[in-house]
Amino acid sequence: MRKATLFAGLVAGFSTFAFNAAQAVEIEYWQYVFDTRVKAMDQLIAEFQKANPDITVKHVTFPYADYQTRVIAANMAGQGPDVMQLFYGWLDKFVAGELLQPLPADTFPHDKIESEFFPIVSAMKRGDDYYGLPTAVRSLALFYNKKLFTEAGLDPNKPPETLDEFVAAAEKIAKHDASGNLTVAGSTLDMGGQDHQWWREVLIRQYGGTPYTDNDEKVAYDSEAGIQALRFYTSLQLEKKIGQVGFMDEGQAAFRAGMAGMTIDGTFRLGSFKTIKDFEWGVTELPANTEGVRSNYASYFANAISAKTEGEELEASKKFLAYLTSPEAMNIWLTEVGELPARRSAALTEKNLQDPIYGPFLKGLEYAHTTLFKDEAAQRQNAIDMANRVLLEGQSVEDSIKQAAEAEQEIIDAAKP
Amino acid sequence: MTASIEPQGAALARPGATRASGFSMRTKRLLWVWGFLALPILFYSVIRFYPTLQAFWLSLTNWDLLRPAKFIGFANYTKLFSDPQFWKVFKNTFTYLILGTPLSLVLAFTIAFFLDRVRFLHGFIRALYFLPYLTTAAAMAWVWRWFYQPPPIGIINDVFGMIGLPQQPFIRSTDQALYSIMVTAIWAGLGFQIIIFMAGLRAIPTTFYEAARIDGLGEWAILRKITLPLLKPTTVFLVVFSSIGFLRIFDQVYNMTTNDPGGPLGSTKPLVLMIYQTAFNSYAMGYAAAQTVVLFTILLIVSLLQLWILREKK
Repeated sequence: MRKATLFAGLVAGFSTFAFNAAQAVEIEYWQYVFDTRVKAMDQLIAEFQKANPDITVKHVTFPYADYQTRVIAANMAGQGPDVMQLFYGWLDKFVAGELLQPLPADTFPHDKIESEFFPIVSAMKRGDDYYGLPTAVRSLALFYNKKLFTEAGLDPNKPPETLDEFVAAAEKIAKHDASGNLTVAGSTLDMGGQDHQWWREVLIRQYGGTPYTDNDEKVAYDSEAGIQALRFYTSLQLEKKIGQVGFMDEGQAAFRAGMAGMTIDGTFRLGSFKTIKDFEWGVTELPANTEGVRSNYASYFANAISAKTEGEELEASKKFLAYLTSPEAMNIWLTEVGELPARRSAALTEKNLQDPIYGPFLKGLEYAHTTLFKDEAAQRQNAIDMANRVLLEGQSVEDSIKQAAEAEQEIIDAAKP
Repeated sequence: MTASIEPQGAALARPGATRASGFSMRTKRLLWVWGFLALPILFYSVIRFYPTLQAFWLSLTNWDLLRPAKFIGFANYTKLFSDPQFWKVFKNTFTYLILGTPLSLVLAFTIAFFLDRVRFLHGFIRALYFLPYLTTAAAMAWVWRWFYQPPPIGIINDVFGMIGLPQQPFIRSTDQALYSIMVTAIWAGLGFQIIIFMAGLRAIPTTFYEAARIDGLGEWAILRKITLPLLKPTTVFLVVFSSIGFLRIFDQVYNMTTNDPGGPLGSTKPLVLMIYQTAFNSYAMGYAAAQTVVLFTILLIVSLLQLWILREKK
């Protein structure tokens, strides 16, 4: 009798287990390692699994330097994630390599995407299809050191509004020793950081030009606007001496160390700058030109569904992606990571706009542009070299722009699938 | 013992065994030998030779990791040889080699030569020289990167300022960057070369020196006629070893210039870094494979040439 009960219990237990196994779907989510992003994602997955007990999400991460290669290599081996994170600039490559499937229009209707998200999500559209959606977006702003502002006799609550004010403030803050070496920079100059985006999408437009045409496939900055933008940028070091490329090794390091009055950087830097103890800093919108024209560069990591995902995994992936792009997830991401919600309604709340830190970044999103890079690393390198030719080798701005435009056109043409 | 080495004898000694397994003792032994050899051969074929041959094939394709490779003939090579960046990188690589190898060897030999005579704190000094060789290249490169910074944080420029020398841009200059990095690479490899040179010096029989001194040879003549010629095997080894090291230089350059890899303006970029960027930033695997084949050829030619020049003249 006892044996029989035990046996019955075992059978019952086993069958419940088998029943659960048949119902539960496991999907894999991939992203790169960045402490706050990993923690935020763990939290999102926990929330999602609570609401969908039949779905398990396996969270897999790789170091950033390896990430792209891993995704591509896994795809070749027929493995890989169901839902993955990708930089918007990798989309051409990923679509050409058939890594992704278009977002199913039943869960992600186009008119909803276009009316509810910031317009920069159009960078995830190829042909008639969207291939991914972001949880959060990032934009640029001007960080300034209030302590250095006060020391230079500037009002720490009135950061520069225009490019002229920016230069004037930087000139007041910059200090040099007896032999002319920079000891405190007015503003950082770091093309390898965010300055190449500032030059490309902001300065060129403020001088009345456009960096590219034809869906960013034709270089258009070999123009008067491009020349003036680069002349302005290089004159900051050569004539106004407010900063120096390579000062304190990196721009963000110089600002962190309190050795630079201002720096242009993105939302992703907030986490690092929030640990600064020695001085107070503030954030303001990127300076406007004399006509009041402003611009900004926005970028994002999107989430997309793998081409090989199908059946119940696809259904689960759709649900998961819908959750990742929900206002609730965006708010968790904002508090945990500090990146801005990709939906207008979640981002442009009164509270967020009034926030002294998020406010300027959010305002920047309204007029931001997103460069459709074909080979991001090479195009960035090209901008670094363009500035270096002027700063280190004394090449004329005109020649450097011309050379850069030709070289970048070659890069773009070579990277076309 | 002799019997077991002589296969014929062993087989004759126990004819019954031969018939039982169907193989002669000689065959069995051969099977055993090849059995053991097969393991490393298989390992090398799969891990080394197959990928090498594969790279030759890939260099003739336009493979980009994503789509199947398509044969495009020698297009990658034509592109490479007409790319001004390649020639710049080529020149950089050979500057590292042609200046780096002799400099590091002369320095290592001089230090080893004199260190060999020092008795006071000998072990300690030797350890000090060897220490950099044990340090991770990346860590070392970063320390040097900070040494080279402009004021107010670069220690070298601080010292220059104190003694009244003009400030130097070092790794921020297209003229000085390559040499600044080369110095760190030489310094990093010095310890190893000193140890090998000292081992070589110790291996020269002292009787030669005694005989030379009795014959009244001066120190310079002893160095030229005895030490250097007898040190030749050591020198050949170090020349080849260090040349390959300089031809493959990567860690130092990459870590000292991470925010503008191989810069400024590509003035420090070696071939290996170009390969890395082509393959893992631009994902142009076919083009990167072509560059690898070129590097392989250069390494082969340089090594063979050195072995031939420094060969034992009969």
